[in-house]
Amino acid sequence: MIPELGQFALTLALGFALVQSVLPMLGAARGNLLWMRSARATSLAQMAFSFVAFVALMRSFVVSDFTVLNVVENSHSLKPLLFKIAGTWGSHEGSLLLWVLILTVFGAGVSIFGTNISEGLRARTLSVQAWISVGFFSFMLFTSNPFERVFPPPPDGQDLNPLLQDVGLAMHPPLLYVGYVGFSIVFSFAVAALIEGRVDAAWARWVRPWTLAAWISLTAGIALGSWWAYYELGWGGWWFWDPVENVSFMPWLLGTALLHSAIVTEKRDAFKSWTILLAVLTFSMSLLGTFIVRSGLLTSVHAFAVDPERGLYILWLLGLSIGGSLLLFAWRAPALESGGLFRPISREAGLLVNNLLLASATGTVLFGTLYPLFVEALAGERLSVGPPFFNATFVPMMLPLVFAMAIGPFLSWKRADLAGVLQRLKFAAMLSGLVALVVWYLTEGGPVLAYLSIALAVWLFLATAMEWSGRVKLGEVTVREALRRAKNLPRAAHGMTLAHMGLAVAILGFVGSSAWKSEEIVFVTPGTEISIAGFDVVFEGIDRVTGPNYVANRGTLVVERNGIYVTTLYPERRQYPVAQYSTTESSIRSTLAGDLYASLTEAASAEAEAQGAWTLRILYEPLVNFIWIGAAMLVLGGGLSLSDRRLRVGAPRRTARPAATETPAE
Amino acid sequence: MNNQILFALAVMLTSATIALAVEPDEMLADPALEARAREVSQQLRCVVCQNQDIDSSNAGIARDMRVLVRERIVAGDSNSEVLDAMVVRYGNYVLLRPPFNTLTYALWVAPLALLLLAASIGITVIRQARRTHEQPDELTTEEENALRSVIDTQLPTESRQ
Amino acid sequence: MKRLLFATPVLVALVFGAFFLWGLNPERDPNTIPSVLISRPAPVFTLPEVAGTGVPGFSRDNLEGNDAPVIVNIFASWCVPCRAEHAVLTRLVAEEGVQLFGINYQDEPEDALRWLNELGNPYARIGSDIDGRVALDWGLTGVPETFIVGPDGTVLYKHVGPVLGDAALRDFTTALAQARQAGMS
Repeated sequence: MIPELGQFALTLALGFALVQSVLPMLGAARGNLLWMRSARATSLAQMAFSFVAFVALMRSFVVSDFTVLNVVENSHSLKPLLFKIAGTWGSHEGSLLLWVLILTVFGAGVSIFGTNISEGLRARTLSVQAWISVGFFSFMLFTSNPFERVFPPPPDGQDLNPLLQDVGLAMHPPLLYVGYVGFSIVFSFAVAALIEGRVDAAWARWVRPWTLAAWISLTAGIALGSWWAYYELGWGGWWFWDPVENVSFMPWLLGTALLHSAIVTEKRDAFKSWTILLAVLTFSMSLLGTFIVRSGLLTSVHAFAVDPERGLYILWLLGLSIGGSLLLFAWRAPALESGGLFRPISREAGLLVNNLLLASATGTVLFGTLYPLFVEALAGERLSVGPPFFNATFVPMMLPLVFAMAIGPFLSWKRADLAGVLQRLKFAAMLSGLVALVVWYLTEGGPVLAYLSIALAVWLFLATAMEWSGRVKLGEVTVREALRRAKNLPRAAHGMTLAHMGLAVAILGFVGSSAWKSEEIVFVTPGTEISIAGFDVVFEGIDRVTGPNYVANRGTLVVERNGIYVTTLYPERRQYPVAQYSTTESSIRSTLAGDLYASLTEAASAEAEAQGAWTLRILYEPLVNFIWIGAAMLVLGGGLSLSDRRLRVGAPRRTARPAATETPAE
Repeated sequence: MNNQILFALAVMLTSATIALAVEPDEMLADPALEARAREVSQQLRCVVCQNQDIDSSNAGIARDMRVLVRERIVAGDSNSEVLDAMVVRYGNYVLLRPPFNTLTYALWVAPLALLLLAASIGITVIRQARRTHEQPDELTTEEENALRSVIDTQLPTESRQ
Repeated sequence: MKRLLFATPVLVALVFGAFFLWGLNPERDPNTIPSVLISRPAPVFTLPEVAGTGVPGFSRDNLEGNDAPVIVNIFASWCVPCRAEHAVLTRLVAEEGVQLFGINYQDEPEDALRWLNELGNPYARIGSDIDGRVALDWGLTGVPETFIVGPDGTVLYKHVGPVLGDAALRDFTTALAQARQAGMS
């Protein structure tokens, strides 16, 4: 009964979405206030019914209702409750349901909180949002129904994969989806603005909090996925340039560009077409990701089931939404007034460079990811484009961006004094070079790119710190005065500082863990000693331990440094008898300096096994935790910006310009 | 459908959970040669896995390929000769770093082309912004006189500075 | 000119869309890779016999100077799909009168012997490839794999996985027929 209610709710939601697709848009064209305002009711109804459907599916998982096919395929009665709940969004159908739920929540949010934008723009935006809803609701109801039943119900479900029963992995999709769907709002705003034929500072200011919220969530989602891969998969990797990783990364890159481009539109009434295009493309990338993951187009570790029929449906959705919006862009964007005068050296120019570099990087990743498909279609040959390609092309493109990021906040709008800025940053530049040299001296060899990246990361960190201290006049006034100034700075300023510093920290983590990773792979018997990265590790032996649903062989590794005890590591090799599955649980000792990372597996060679030996892998990953810290700083920085009071106020009215000061304007 | 997902996951997870599937008995005694072997292996794709290099997969074929790589290195082949040997057997598909040939010029040139495109767009935008900037924003003499007369007649004297 | 620039994104999207449409072809399997050996001479190799089977070893010379195409099958006793495929291969040899050569991959000779004694031996020759190096030369991705090799030693067709199921069998027999016709002309 409940699953049928869920399906019915979905159908109702589709109905409301259909109404919302038409009525408000027509109302805006005709100036019919009633029709425009209908969007509030329909968006709330969509949200309510989506919620009912979602809860219905979740309930089926919680009670293990095996008459529902989705539950059979993705759950098991022995699963802990938390992961039964997470199973709701663990499948293709369930994740789509989560998608539309978030979509309708955001839509309702716009209708409720969007009181200070013009009726027409709001109505059009909600109509465009409804078009997206219609696409996803119909996709679900016609091809991917989460409420499909199976009779007679099997005695139990099929899935009990222990590796997926992990909190980090359970939260990774919802965070990503909030990101993807958040960008859909910005997309709707952009399309609505194109239809209206007008983009102005008010529009940009209105779009900002949604872009920020989506960006924050996407950052957190990607970081969480990487972190999970790092500690769970057992070999210290955190990014593999897998196609599905790439399609989550591209919206992030374009979303970052969008965040920055919107600033220019908001403050200087410029870059309008650019910002609109980025808004459309960012969500297009999210849709592209949906397509690639669910269509079986490319081979990937992450992909959901290979189903070309569903793929075709999504492709049509893509064609209509991306094709339609880009066509609208080609038609209407040239008419948008280009505003803004600025000199080649100015904040506008800096942000332009930022946008162009991010867009080029995105294009490179996109092209590399899809290239095997192009070659197969045109020449019938199978090619691989793997990490070596992306590392060779993406990384060098990002380095100039990091360099420019340090300078950007110092530049004033319209015209800036580059020589003056560089003069102020002389000290930071020298210190960065010095740090790189020290690192070069301490480490024995490493790629040149690694030292360059370290220098640039330190440069970015120092310059950002200097910019902030310049604003609060640290060193020039009393500490109390500086603190007072800091408190009075708009939160967005702190947000920017924290986020830019976060990226610098993360880059240090990227470089440290990649370039100077060390490892030892040996057969061990009790008493074997290994040296790695200055640590002395002794393998003491194996114990059998039992867990709630597993039996494990647990190794004991005593770690010392210079004779002083540091820690004991307990890597495990687990067998799950019910699921008939084994996992390798690594043991990690984390410090700021790096991670000592050990995992144990049965020896693959017959002689070694006969001697009672095991294969031990120990890695030392320097600075790897800087990655997660940096990501957290990015998220916090975004959050600070989002909480800025000014975002709740409407667009600035025309007031007298304050007198020009030496400190750059916001 | 679920079986396919499980299979794909199983391949990924059983391959990658066993960290760097290289076993101690495969490793070469000479650390320099072993380092070269690793370098080469990281460029070779495991042909039965999804997007992994042979070092990270414990599939049987991956192990055989790792052993072959080491044999060739010990026999004196250079890195590129070892890679060629793999290509002879499996085609260019096995290279994670795509080669530079007629089929892949577009791929390797693309990043540069994109940057050039970006640069030309950037220059165009900046030129346009500058041109608008250079429009005279000063008043002409007549406009100045007209303005002055308005100020003199219509505003009280004290405000004149 | 400006119009063209603004139209570029939609044009690029259309091109991508065309490729996606092509890519969704249900016949296409992104996980299988075509063999590079097709239309090329078979690799050079020499393999000893599997003791006790009564058939000789197998080397490249046996693939040249034949009057008809032959089938080369890579198998192992520990390979479960190979058992299922065995009956199909046996029937092919009986009905089509085609010669079947085998490469015994990473198998102890005693295990292979036991397996063949149990299921029957349709192979005219079997090479024992204990370390699997020769199979690698053939571009093996997993057992079983079966090749059709022309009379002059050119590899004409490769089938990955067991030759089971109507579709696979149909493709294989078609390929075999084509190979024979080509040989005759």
